[in-house]
Amino acid sequence: MSTLEIAGLCFLALFVLGGALGTVLSRNLVHSVLWLALVLVATAGLYARLCAGFLAGAQVLLYAGGVITLAIFAVMLSSRMQGGPILHESVRRGRGALAALAVGALLVGVLLSTDFVIPRDLPVVDAADLGRSFLGEYVLPFEVLSVLLVVAMIGALTIARKEDP
Amino acid sequence: MSDVQFCLLLAALLFSIGVFGLLTRRNAIGILLSIELMANAVNINLVAFSRVHGGAAGQVFALFAIALTVAEVSIGLALVILMARQRRTIDIGEARDLHG
Repeated sequence: MSTLEIAGLCFLALFVLGGALGTVLSRNLVHSVLWLALVLVATAGLYARLCAGFLAGAQVLLYAGGVITLAIFAVMLSSRMQGGPILHESVRRGRGALAALAVGALLVGVLLSTDFVIPRDLPVVDAADLGRSFLGEYVLPFEVLSVLLVVAMIGALTIARKEDP
Repeated sequence: MSDVQFCLLLAALLFSIGVFGLLTRRNAIGILLSIELMANAVNINLVAFSRVHGGAAGQVFALFAIALTVAEVSIGLALVILMARQRRTIDIGEARDLHG
């Protein structure tokens, strides 16, 4: 890898990790949501770096567009119904950090002790390949997923609507 | 270190930050955001391994995972709004109707 590529990756990693820390440490719920948006957009950059351009676009549209909008709506609605700002403190930080360190140490240890065989010059999977996979090999899960999305949206509406007047 | 290994390391760190948030947050939206972080780490792993594998399967599954997460978050936030309406709080410590 050239120095420029390494610098670019480190730049993205800085945004991802910094945004993640902001999400879990911020004392303001809206700030947490915005930090999460930063993580999701930086992740789209990582996908582009890993030659997954279509996925990068889907990440920005679905996650950064859909999920963040939903989350901001939920924050505003629930703080209005609650009649005051939402408490967003962290509790039991010591124990949480211990558990997170244990998980992280396990994962990083396994990763560093594994020899990955990285092949060179693999073909790049583009959107056309993805489309062929979706409508060929994976057509049944694809259709089931669309039904699931419809069910989830109707379910969310039913759960969140006001009681019958 | 190749860029694939770099992304795997990054995803491991992101996942453990998500675990920290999941364990320390008290309100339901904060917990959902932490779950988002962890799901995002899993997606990074899927895409990184798909880069090594060379086929489309990894990216297809990452797209499935993204769509499933969107469905999960919409249901979760609907539950949060329901809880805020009925109890005037979204602190999960207050949700203990099924506590024996």
